[in-house]
Amino acid sequence: MGNIVLSIKDVNKTFGGLHALGDINLDIEEGKTHAIIGPNGAGKSTLLNVCIGRLEPDSGTVEFEGKNMIGLKPYEINHAGMVRVFQTPEIFPDLNVLENVMIPALAKQEGVFRFNAFTSLAGRRDIEEQARHVLEDLGLGGQIHDHAGSMSRGDKRRLELAMGLVQHPRLLLLDEPTAGMSRHDTNRTIDLLKKIKERGMTKIIIEHDMHVVFSLADRISVLAQGRIIAQGTPDEIRGNPKVQEAYLGGAEL
Amino acid sequence: MDAILIQILNGLDKGGAYALIALGLTLVFGTLGVVNFAHGALFMLGAFCAVITQKLLTVSKLVKDESITFFDAYKETPYLELWWGDFGKTIIDWSVPISILLTVPLMLLIGLSMERGLIRYFYKRSHAEQILVTFGLAIVLQEIVRSLFGANPIPTPAPSIIAGSAPIGAFLGLDEALVYPWWRLIYLLFSVFTVSAVFAFLQLTTFGMVVRAGMHDRETVGLLGINVERRFTIVFGIAAVVTGLAGAMYAPILSPDYHMGMDFLVLSFIVVVVGGMGSLRGAVAAGFLLGLLQSFASMNEVKSILPGIDQIIIYLVAVVIILVRPRGLMGRKGVMEE
Amino acid sequence: MSKRSLLKNDWVVMALFTVAVLSMPIWLAPIGAAYPDLLQKFAIFGIFAIGYNILFGLTGYLSFGHAVFLGVGSYTAVWSFKLLTMNVLPAVLFAMVVGGLFAVVIGYLSLRRSGIYFSILTLAFAQMSYNMAYSVLTPITNGETGLQLTKTDPRMIDAMFVAPGEGLPSTNLFGMSMSGYSGFYFCAVLLIIGFFISLRIFRSPFGLKLLAIKSNQNRMLYTGFNTKPYLLTAFVISGVYAGLAGALMAVTDPLAGAERMQWTASGEVVLMTILGGVGTLIGPLLGVGIIKYFENIFSALNTNTLHQTFSFLPDWLEDIVVAISSHFVGDGWHLTLGVLFMVIVIFLPGGVMEGFQRIAALARRLSRPQQEKAIQTSEQE
Repeated sequence: MGNIVLSIKDVNKTFGGLHALGDINLDIEEGKTHAIIGPNGAGKSTLLNVCIGRLEPDSGTVEFEGKNMIGLKPYEINHAGMVRVFQTPEIFPDLNVLENVMIPALAKQEGVFRFNAFTSLAGRRDIEEQARHVLEDLGLGGQIHDHAGSMSRGDKRRLELAMGLVQHPRLLLLDEPTAGMSRHDTNRTIDLLKKIKERGMTKIIIEHDMHVVFSLADRISVLAQGRIIAQGTPDEIRGNPKVQEAYLGGAEL
Repeated sequence: MDAILIQILNGLDKGGAYALIALGLTLVFGTLGVVNFAHGALFMLGAFCAVITQKLLTVSKLVKDESITFFDAYKETPYLELWWGDFGKTIIDWSVPISILLTVPLMLLIGLSMERGLIRYFYKRSHAEQILVTFGLAIVLQEIVRSLFGANPIPTPAPSIIAGSAPIGAFLGLDEALVYPWWRLIYLLFSVFTVSAVFAFLQLTTFGMVVRAGMHDRETVGLLGINVERRFTIVFGIAAVVTGLAGAMYAPILSPDYHMGMDFLVLSFIVVVVGGMGSLRGAVAAGFLLGLLQSFASMNEVKSILPGIDQIIIYLVAVVIILVRPRGLMGRKGVMEE
Repeated sequence: MSKRSLLKNDWVVMALFTVAVLSMPIWLAPIGAAYPDLLQKFAIFGIFAIGYNILFGLTGYLSFGHAVFLGVGSYTAVWSFKLLTMNVLPAVLFAMVVGGLFAVVIGYLSLRRSGIYFSILTLAFAQMSYNMAYSVLTPITNGETGLQLTKTDPRMIDAMFVAPGEGLPSTNLFGMSMSGYSGFYFCAVLLIIGFFISLRIFRSPFGLKLLAIKSNQNRMLYTGFNTKPYLLTAFVISGVYAGLAGALMAVTDPLAGAERMQWTASGEVVLMTILGGVGTLIGPLLGVGIIKYFENIFSALNTNTLHQTFSFLPDWLEDIVVAISSHFVGDGWHLTLGVLFMVIVIFLPGGVMEGFQRIAALARRLSRPQQEKAIQTSEQE
């Protein structure tokens, strides 16, 4: 087994009486793509929110590269190297596409706060280059001066991805990166994510689309009713009758 | 003890006015989702309804003064007095209570036209823009009033029968010397009555039920196929009437002038925030609470310990509440927090 | 295209701006606005609005309490005149520092909330300061009378150099009197510096980050920025600008009153910023110019002047027009302002600057069909 990047131990979370997460144990290996699947309401998003510091678990630990992540502010988690790509595009709608990507690039370089009111933005060629580079990778190179708020939904998703990638995170959390995309766009995104995989970035993907999951994942964890019911390689999961029963209602994968 | 009783009455009295204004403001905010900075102006317009009534009833002509016999003297005599003698005089004397007859239809008209003519175009725009446009409207309304009625406060006395003070000490078996102005007692009763009437209306009628549901979850109510928009127009009208009445009845306590709206606007926002954005009960509770606090803070005993506290107590409370408990006393979680 | 890239160069912009401001006494003369009193107002409120725009325009936080810093700046400056010296430099510096300190405290507390809660917090602080200036703080503010210079002021630094003369001394910059045109040029130089700083902020990474906070604050947190210090910095910068503007009011007229701190005074700077175009560099200055100029013109008008203006109309029409318009002039100027403001918010939320852009876009659209037609005809040939 390789280096463990993210280690989730005995995490529990209840909302009112509802047990959203029960005794979750999950280790994410460096350089691997780890998919989390499960039916609606299985607790996938809750788990992601716990990782990213939006929710605090009732018990258990979340350690990223040996450091405790629980109770940290979102920007502290970001600087630890864990970056989330949102399911519904969370971009800066009033800025242009290039600026949208320059902001996270600046964050990576500057830390949580830097007062640089007297340096010229136009003089920051390094930042602009980084942003352009990522945008070209994602096929958005032709619209860098467009107003981000008026892009199509699919383009916004790609922009969102660019904002995550430009920070070169140690761990990228993708929340349904292809939801709402056309088949064509989906395949394009899969290719792109494969390309990042070759560069060795660790990823967690939450996804409904089995095509995406099985094209990308090295390991898969199956969540149902807040518990992990199966874990393994895609082949192991494909053949696991428990998964087929709980998640797919017995249908063939 | 007596001093404290007086302060409680003073506080409830002030609180009654705050509660009424805040009730209207929060009704509009809760249903229409509009932050209305022209709300203070509605209070001011209400007070000027009393002024207008007084002016209408005292329309006069010059009549020879018979009591002066040495030379021809003329004096202004209201038509009502000429026509009906003492009965006319009594009517004029009662102009403030009579003004309610004018206030209700006029404020309803103003409220409805304000909503149809301006506010409804701002439902979908940002709170900042709502604040700005209603702030502009408030300036316009107050300047129109100044242009028509001048800049000085206009005395609008209560009926002379109740101009004096009520011997509440004697009522309650306390010190005989303990008295309190009649009109303020009436205002307190009036505000309690009006608040109850609004609540009864919202609780007991189907219209009120829809409005309450709309305050809770506007979209769902809209999806039920109920014409929410028309109801909200009416809600705005009701809010204008309630606020206007609060202003009209307040006229004998504070002589109306054109900028009283701006002064009460800040206060009413503070009251709404302390009570909790979108909570009607909270607005009423906070109105009375802040009224009481302010009145106790203005006692000499308190002022000698904390000089100037009477000037800032309300704002201080508001700051602490927003910082410590942003949803106010009774507000729901999540209203306007983002 | 080259024209546009020139305007992207800070130094070109600054050179143009400097010339425009310093030559105001010349090019404002034809419209009768070139006398010192009004010019000083342009510059002082210009500084106030530029600073306010750094907060409201870049971060979207709508403060109703900035008049507090204006008032505090004035009080500080007058105290500097009373205690130390009639030289304006210390007064201006102290006012900026004190304005900034007040902004740190009020900003730190108010910025714990956003949206309308932020607005109401600033409003509450403004009202508290205003009420206290009128009551308990009378020893410092001189209550309703306002803080004024007196003959018995110690003026410690001045006293070391010159014997107190007859009458009240006037403000000066190392001996140069600060009334009239010299007062305007002093304010104008500070306006130019203030504009330069604002230009740099708008075109800096810091400015971009503030805009991003306005656009989606939550996303900023997940992008790795702590937004609080950014907002507080912007708030304090705008507070320092307001303190400076307050000081300059005292420089040109050494008097400070509490009414300067009332929340409606804060409303005025909001009005100016919106009217010109919030979030644009030059918009707030246009807003100041328009409001202060028309305030000056309209307040001076009365029924007689109106009758003269409309004398070309038939008598009956003249009377009607005058009767209506007389409500909008003189004391009624505020009515005009309110109407103007509503019209702007309703139809042109981007202010005058948006109006310019729309006109430019319209002109482009009008000229394009002609070009296309020309191309079509040439193709047919």
